[in-house]
Amino acid sequence: MIHFHPEKARAFAQDDARAHWHDKALWFVRVKRDRGAATVPEWERLREAAAGIKAHTLSRLAGYLEEFERNATANGMQVHWARDGEEHNRIVHGILERHGVTRMVKSKSMLTEECHLNPYLEARGIEVVDTDLGERIVQLAGEPPSHIVMPAIHRKKEEIGELFHEKLGTPAGLSDPTLLTEKARQHLREKFLGAQAGLTGVNFAIAETGGFVVVTNEGNADMGTTLPPVHVASMGIEKVIPRLADLGVFTRLLARSATGQPVSSYTTHFHAPLPGGELHVVIVDNGRSRMLADAHRRQALGCIRCGACLNTCPVYRRSGGYSYSYLIPGPIGSVLGGHRDLRGHASLPFASSLCGSCTDVCPVKVDLHHQLLVLRQEAGEQGLVPLGKRMGMKAASFAMARPGLFRAGGRMARWLLWAAPGLARIGPAGAWLRGRELPVPPRESFAELYDRETAGSGEDRS
Amino acid sequence: MNARDAILGALRAAGATPVEAPAHPAPVPQGEPVARFLESVKAVGGSPYRVPDAAGLAAGLAALPAWSAPRRASLVPGVPGTVDLAAVTDPHQLADLDVAAIPGELGVAENGAVWVKGESLGPHRAVFVIPEHLVLVVSAADVVHDMQAAYGRLTLPRPGYGLFISGPSKTADIEQSLVIGAHGARSCAVFVVG
Amino acid sequence: MAQVGLFIPCYVDQFFPRVGLATLRILRGLGLSVVYPREQTCCGQPMYNTGCTREARPLAERFVRLFSGFEAVVAPSASCVSMVKVHYPDLLGETPEVKALALRTFDLSEYLVDVIGVTRVEGDYPRKVGLHRSCHGIRELRESSSSERMDAPFDKTRQLLSQLRGIELVELERPDECCGFGGTFAVTEEAVSCMMGRDRIADHVRAGAEVIAGYDMSCLMHLDGLARRDGTALPVVHVAEMLEKARLVR
Repeated sequence: MIHFHPEKARAFAQDDARAHWHDKALWFVRVKRDRGAATVPEWERLREAAAGIKAHTLSRLAGYLEEFERNATANGMQVHWARDGEEHNRIVHGILERHGVTRMVKSKSMLTEECHLNPYLEARGIEVVDTDLGERIVQLAGEPPSHIVMPAIHRKKEEIGELFHEKLGTPAGLSDPTLLTEKARQHLREKFLGAQAGLTGVNFAIAETGGFVVVTNEGNADMGTTLPPVHVASMGIEKVIPRLADLGVFTRLLARSATGQPVSSYTTHFHAPLPGGELHVVIVDNGRSRMLADAHRRQALGCIRCGACLNTCPVYRRSGGYSYSYLIPGPIGSVLGGHRDLRGHASLPFASSLCGSCTDVCPVKVDLHHQLLVLRQEAGEQGLVPLGKRMGMKAASFAMARPGLFRAGGRMARWLLWAAPGLARIGPAGAWLRGRELPVPPRESFAELYDRETAGSGEDRS
Repeated sequence: MNARDAILGALRAAGATPVEAPAHPAPVPQGEPVARFLESVKAVGGSPYRVPDAAGLAAGLAALPAWSAPRRASLVPGVPGTVDLAAVTDPHQLADLDVAAIPGELGVAENGAVWVKGESLGPHRAVFVIPEHLVLVVSAADVVHDMQAAYGRLTLPRPGYGLFISGPSKTADIEQSLVIGAHGARSCAVFVVG
Repeated sequence: MAQVGLFIPCYVDQFFPRVGLATLRILRGLGLSVVYPREQTCCGQPMYNTGCTREARPLAERFVRLFSGFEAVVAPSASCVSMVKVHYPDLLGETPEVKALALRTFDLSEYLVDVIGVTRVEGDYPRKVGLHRSCHGIRELRESSSSERMDAPFDKTRQLLSQLRGIELVELERPDECCGFGGTFAVTEEAVSCMMGRDRIADHVRAGAEVIAGYDMSCLMHLDGLARRDGTALPVVHVAEMLEKARLVR
């Protein structure tokens, strides 16, 4: 697993033009985010408050979840609890089965991806239609989302046109986004009108009022929850926030961080089922409580799924979502995947130059790049760092602890580089040399230059 | 042990040190709210209109192409529609609704959003998302600077429902090209009265 | 007179000694008493960043022993300095000695601006220069504002360089995107690393830079290696080398 990301990234980079196209597309979203954030003078104070609200909530999570359950039940919702993905799927299926549902529409939920809900329901005879346009595109293509906010960002419009031609009967060669979106509108409208249930994720669950908020630009969550009588909302335990007023902070940060828009088109506050309908909330743990137990892991649970860290990550932009072994890619994905299963995602903490850009864009100030460093340390302790690298570091550490050895080794390396540059192709220098020249070796080290500079000046030489 | 007890037990056992909730930062008001609101509505793809009174609203609607479509529903007091929502028993019957006019309780200057409380939607929540076009009406006196101010003022009964609508439905999922009119309304006219 | 401990990173000592010499000359030129502890080797960052904390710790402990007792420790490298300031407390524990050393260790730019209080730089550098602001300098040491954060802009290195006569600091399209060196990342994720570096070079070329300046030789070594391989005429220079002949006035 330690080679997963580097190998996939290398393959992605082979198509240099496409990799640069992907990089530019995502950089553009980062730039839009900067413009949006710049319109809010109190931006950094809002980030600080959001981080603080999340830290406070996570330190009292059980109490807030109980408060949410109490108030949601009083609002006429039915609250369920699931320890893991399998239990979540059983509960959701049970609700659908009771209502004889065979056609369900779904709006974006990374949690349901995590639980592998779609295949579970499809195996039991339920049609699940993803209604977010990006999600529908990848669903029709039979592939996972490559970005948590823009699932089909890796697809060119011509490819989407081909896909729609094959699956939806659009004219061959159609690639205009407006016309393709219009076709998707018609196609999904039929699905909304024919659905017997709608499933959504939860952006924020409010303990104080017993309701939850779902945010979209397309209105797909609203089409899916105002027509069918049954609404199921899947939420991770970490989605709860204390008070309605806290949304004032989060809604000012979320869309600006995600796309640069001041707010999404629809910010819907569900506090009761449809008249005559049912509203179910399934609260899911699936490993989150384990992350909560560690103070340094806990922070990553504050994530509000804006995707800003993906857009700003120079590595994600140039390697794409499929280079990551975890279902969520990019910095937050590497952190969450690493915390959940470091062995299974051992390459991810190292798929980063630790530039820290992610940490600076995160609206809730998760210290992402420091978390990656912590995960590298855990990888080291668990023996997940490849033998070659470990041995190299042991050798370097040995030499560096002995100044004489360091100087001799340095002199030899410089001499070898000058005398026999071909030898440098062995080992890590070989990988360096694939695309770069090595530095021109100087004849003298600094220590030697220092001696000449300070000779006879009486300077202390320790 | 059931899932609820297992999860809550695990969370309590995690023994997190309590952290105090922070105060929210005071938002910085920028400019005159109604002017800023009108600009923001435009920026999010909506069509803003300022009218002095009910008569102005009627005239504005009469001049709006979307409002001349045959199947119109209105929830705005004093504005008649052609579809009687009370007579509609099933929201699916609204599938061919051309346009709906809905009153908003608040407008938010920083982002052009309008808070629509559940009661304003009449018997069918779908009325704001199913028609091809949307008209929102809000009073100038009810325009606030930002979301923090909005959450301090909006009505959300419990049980209840409500939402912020900011401009028409949109997507940029195909190569980042912005397309207006994804699944909800293709256009959103916002009238500020007063 | 202040006793400054000169911290010359391992790879600067062996491969870019002129940068160390320039740093030494700048500090002595300010009238400071500079000591070069000869036993120094490496701060332990490469081991620490690869998760080999067991191998990093003895080097860090050595470093603390060698450099405690100076009024200031100065290095021409933001990344090595950030190892001491930001990560030694995690690695070695927040002992009084480690905390004190962290407070007194500086990258050259921040030392000149914040501690020495250099306000005027009198020197010449009549070239079009692209300033490469290394990630550690921006986001660990906060020597300049980051493009991500909504702070009032500041840049200690630019503050010094912009005063050189004849210099033109070009405007980059991505003012603080990572060059892709990242330590062993340069080798384990070679494809992405090189793409990132080439993209930086292309940005500088489009902006009209004749030379790329920086305060971290690790980044510059990577960019220079790429430029020379691709035949792009874009030499690199360390900030210390640019200020070496200038007169720095408090």
